[in-house]
Amino acid sequence: MQIDVKNLTFNYGQNSKATSSVALDNISLTINEGEFFGIIGHTGSGKSTFVQHLNGLIKLNKNSGEIKIGEFDLGDKNCDFKALRSKLGMVFQYPEYQLFAETVFEDVAFGIKNFMPTVTEEEKEKMVRTALETVGLNYERVKDMSPFELSGGQKRRVAIAGVIVTKPEVLVLDEPVAGLDPVGKRDFIALLKKLHASFVKTIILVSHDMDLVADNCTQVAVFAKGKIAKVGSPEEVFGDYEEIKNMGLDLPLTAYLKNQLEKQGVKIGGKLSVEEFINAVKSYGKGGKV
Amino acid sequence: MKDLAFGQYYPTKSFVHNMDARVKILTVIAYIVAVFMVKQFHFLGFLACFTFVFVATIFSRVPFLRVLKSMKAILFFIILSAVLQLFFNTEGKVILSFWKIKITDLGLLNAGFIIMRISLVVLGASLLTLTTSPVEIADGIESLMYPLKWIKFPVHEFALIMSIALRFIPTLLDETDRIIKAQKARGADFESGNIFKRAKALIPVLIPLLISSFRRADELADAMDSRCYAGSKVRTKYKKMKISWRDVIGVVVIASLITGVVFLNKFYWILAVA
Repeated sequence: MQIDVKNLTFNYGQNSKATSSVALDNISLTINEGEFFGIIGHTGSGKSTFVQHLNGLIKLNKNSGEIKIGEFDLGDKNCDFKALRSKLGMVFQYPEYQLFAETVFEDVAFGIKNFMPTVTEEEKEKMVRTALETVGLNYERVKDMSPFELSGGQKRRVAIAGVIVTKPEVLVLDEPVAGLDPVGKRDFIALLKKLHASFVKTIILVSHDMDLVADNCTQVAVFAKGKIAKVGSPEEVFGDYEEIKNMGLDLPLTAYLKNQLEKQGVKIGGKLSVEEFINAVKSYGKGGKV
Repeated sequence: MKDLAFGQYYPTKSFVHNMDARVKILTVIAYIVAVFMVKQFHFLGFLACFTFVFVATIFSRVPFLRVLKSMKAILFFIILSAVLQLFFNTEGKVILSFWKIKITDLGLLNAGFIIMRISLVVLGASLLTLTTSPVEIADGIESLMYPLKWIKFPVHEFALIMSIALRFIPTLLDETDRIIKAQKARGADFESGNIFKRAKALIPVLIPLLISSFRRADELADAMDSRCYAGSKVRTKYKKMKISWRDVIGVVVIASLITGVVFLNKFYWILAVA
């Protein structure tokens, strides 16, 4: 599903002049199917507000622009938001805080119950099993446990299983690695890549973590003060080092190293992912171009 | 969601802000008593009460719109009570009738009376919370409840519980909003079905909310422990409360308001004759 956003504008507290502030200012953006799309920006730049529009958690009104996702027109009054939400899954910040059911099984099955009420018990079990195993949990062991008995990292995995259980084509994640330790973070990114390689066609990742974005995303949008300051590949976005710094953002480590090396007269091409950066450095010595 | 938090503190410096919290609390209580003392249909009494809030608002330097906005939270309640009065009051002269509903002049007067009474009470109460920070209110109530210590009532702890509760209202509202959105994203439906279905749909919101409240309480207790918080006995106050000339003026004004209302109640017929 292709995501088309045109002239999206939104402000919190529209009713009173005193507290009115523009959260999104005339945003237009296209996200193609198959993209691993990164959204970065300062706190309060409108990133979260933007992604909450994508599945209709914040509804459009007459003057707030248009959003089209696949065959769904979100400005249309008859838009089937339930169907949309089953195709566009959303993982919120600290998703473990949304767990509520008595068992892990029931919590993961919550989405099935809502989106596909006609599914048989057998199919339901199969779907929950697949989801839990995809996120790397042992189905037999955790299915009858209370979600509150699990560790923090496991809880987050259960919460994500609860979103991917209905196999959404688009997955939106808001700061998904916040509060994870380095190993947890690495495992989590591996999980995202695995999902992206299977049924999840498009991933939209909102993050503060520049390394994460530079390493994984195919396209990046920089939000600043409710506007899109820049869109492009990580190389295009992080290419202008001064500009990124002026927006109050950090550079990813690879971009920073490239910049520092360039100052020493060493120019390295290639992409900003860690792997390609290392390859570029290695081949630099051998190629002998100065 | 945020609109629910009625009369959130409006920080500025003004005559009313600088008044002693205890005096303000007592004044508002006296004011509410005055509003309820106004006899039926003695609208002049309401005019006196309104003048009081109006003048107090001017001296508080809180924008009028901000004060009026506090009514939004209970607008439904006001309209409901007015409508009930309007439709179900059968006394008096019928001035309008359609279908099975008869609207009488007394019903109309009653509805107006109730709207004014509730509105005036809310305006006064929200002016208190707009001009007094939650901490000051808690301190004020603690100080006012001091006599209860004689019967071994844990006044300080009570005040602490209250100020913590007040402090966490906006936090909980934010949290509720977030959880509702997360469950909606998983297909939860809070808007359709009958009342039982809707109540049941709230379970996925209430349980995470409850759990996160316990978590917060735990964290707060740890934070207080680690700073050696030890209750009332050894604590002193950063801000000592002191009665000043402003408070004397406040007391005089509210006393004259009450006198005025009592006077109007007794001698309304004089005005009616004149």
